[in-house]
Amino acid sequence: MRASTVVRVDVAVRVEGLVKRFGSTVALDGVDLTIPTGTVLGLLGPNGAGKTTMVRVLTTLLRPDAGRAEVVGHDVVAQPQAVRRAIGLSGQYAAVDENLTGFENLYLVGRLYGMGRAPSRARARELLGRFRLEDAAERPAKTYSGGMRRRLDLAGALVARPQVVVLDEPTTGLDPRGRLETWAMISELVADGATVLLTTQYLEEADQLADTIAVIDRGRVIAQGTADELKAQIGGERLQVVVARPDQLGFAGTVLTEVGVGEPIVDHHLRKVAVPVSSGTKALVEALRRFDVEGVEVLDVALHRPTLDDVFLTLTGRPVEDEPASGKASA
Amino acid sequence: MSALAQALRDGAVVTWRNLVGLRRVPDALLALTVQPIMFVVLFALVFAGSLGGEAYREFLIAGIFAQTVAFNVFFTTIGMANDLQKGIIDRFRSLPMSRVAVVLGRTTADLGVGVVTLVVMSLTGLVVGWRIRGSVLDAAAAFAILLLFSFAMSWIGVLVGLTARNVEVAQSAGLIWLFPFTFVSSAFVSVQGFPGWLQPVGEWNPVSAVARASRQLFGNPTQLPGFAESQAWPAQNAVLYAVLASLAIIAIFLPLAVARYRRVARR
Repeated sequence: MRASTVVRVDVAVRVEGLVKRFGSTVALDGVDLTIPTGTVLGLLGPNGAGKTTMVRVLTTLLRPDAGRAEVVGHDVVAQPQAVRRAIGLSGQYAAVDENLTGFENLYLVGRLYGMGRAPSRARARELLGRFRLEDAAERPAKTYSGGMRRRLDLAGALVARPQVVVLDEPTTGLDPRGRLETWAMISELVADGATVLLTTQYLEEADQLADTIAVIDRGRVIAQGTADELKAQIGGERLQVVVARPDQLGFAGTVLTEVGVGEPIVDHHLRKVAVPVSSGTKALVEALRRFDVEGVEVLDVALHRPTLDDVFLTLTGRPVEDEPASGKASA
Repeated sequence: MSALAQALRDGAVVTWRNLVGLRRVPDALLALTVQPIMFVVLFALVFAGSLGGEAYREFLIAGIFAQTVAFNVFFTTIGMANDLQKGIIDRFRSLPMSRVAVVLGRTTADLGVGVVTLVVMSLTGLVVGWRIRGSVLDAAAAFAILLLFSFAMSWIGVLVGLTARNVEVAQSAGLIWLFPFTFVSSAFVSVQGFPGWLQPVGEWNPVSAVARASRQLFGNPTQLPGFAESQAWPAQNAVLYAVLASLAIIAIFLPLAVARYRRVARR
């Protein structure tokens, strides 16, 4: 039978020197990662950084070119079925069967994990309740909203009570409400003590859900630590000002240097100055007072938490390359 | 659990999933029922009149059966390409299930599609004047050969569906080859009417053998009026060749389809 042998290990996921190439593109360039049992690792990076490739290697969908990866002590290449028994995957694009009802989707997954009919039914009902999908249980999934589909996909990952849950960008493409709902579900899961690998493009998401964050860029882990450690490295909130006249940019920079905690970044083209601040509102009020006194005309002022863009700018000295517009849109 | 037992058990689960899904897609249901009716009625009424009347109609029906079950490969191609594009295959591949089950579940479900189309076509055939003139046992054997051929063709469909870049490509790639494949055969006309160089292709085409075997077993005419009976081996041994060709297709394409499934990744 396929009942999984539970291997007690302190390390749920161990990745060493993992390399994966697609033709001349290096998707993973020697990644090392460790996820202690019962903790959540947030793998943070922009599109194309190698997050999904990482997930696909760990879930046995792709074979690595070099290095090794182990899930609860099983090698992903040598013992793929043992790895599959130990993991639950929820993908970037919710892989629910649109033509099946919510109940049928979960029942199907249970059966394919090797569970019997009655346990599969019971587990499906239980998860539908937990993910607040009871009312939609008998409706084909094609009638579900984006958030509902994502919840159903997430439930699918949990059917067999896996030791390791892999969530590949669980909130990408969701509206803010769907994102909050999904976060709540993941938090519950985490509270249950599951080991989770979560990939995301949102620093805020990794901050909310993960014990440890690994920042990945061009197939390499460029920073790793707790959310607090990472924040200490990149600073807290950002104060950003756009002035009306180019000749006032210098003065704005001086003011922001005084109220901020780091070097301001000046964008002459956009007449924009940004600086990390420790106490956001205080710095904001002080800066605006000084501008008012000196008659500096401010077109736009914003206080925002660091985004992936800020993380990248700080860690690599260059902005996120794939989506040049994303940093400006998100706040 | 042995690998075979697990393949059959998981295959049955995936078959269930495919059949439930099919029931909820109105387009598929329509294609399943209306298309065979249309083919039988159109060919029997439109062509039979000018091409030999009653005898041609009797000749034609089994040919349409053979063509339609061959075209069922299209269901398999689209089904597979759809699952791949929507990430369902990824989820299946991440589960500790049999590596054969997903493709086996698809071909088995599409065997169900074959049964439905054959029932619909037979009833329509009876309405337009086609009759089974052989024994019940022979008729059952004819249907069995048609279904075996349908099942065999499905394995080609799996391979095409898993190889196509997306559903749109699968739609054209899955359909285009079926026209020469089914028309360069004795399904609708006599191979003896082909240009000389094309005749061997038509003779050895499994579609010809399946059509001819069905005609024999249904007790229908095996050749059109005005043409001599074919002396080629496949025509002389139509039942045997139809079975052998189907088994050969399975033997070739089942391993290819499974190998493709194991490596496939959504793009």
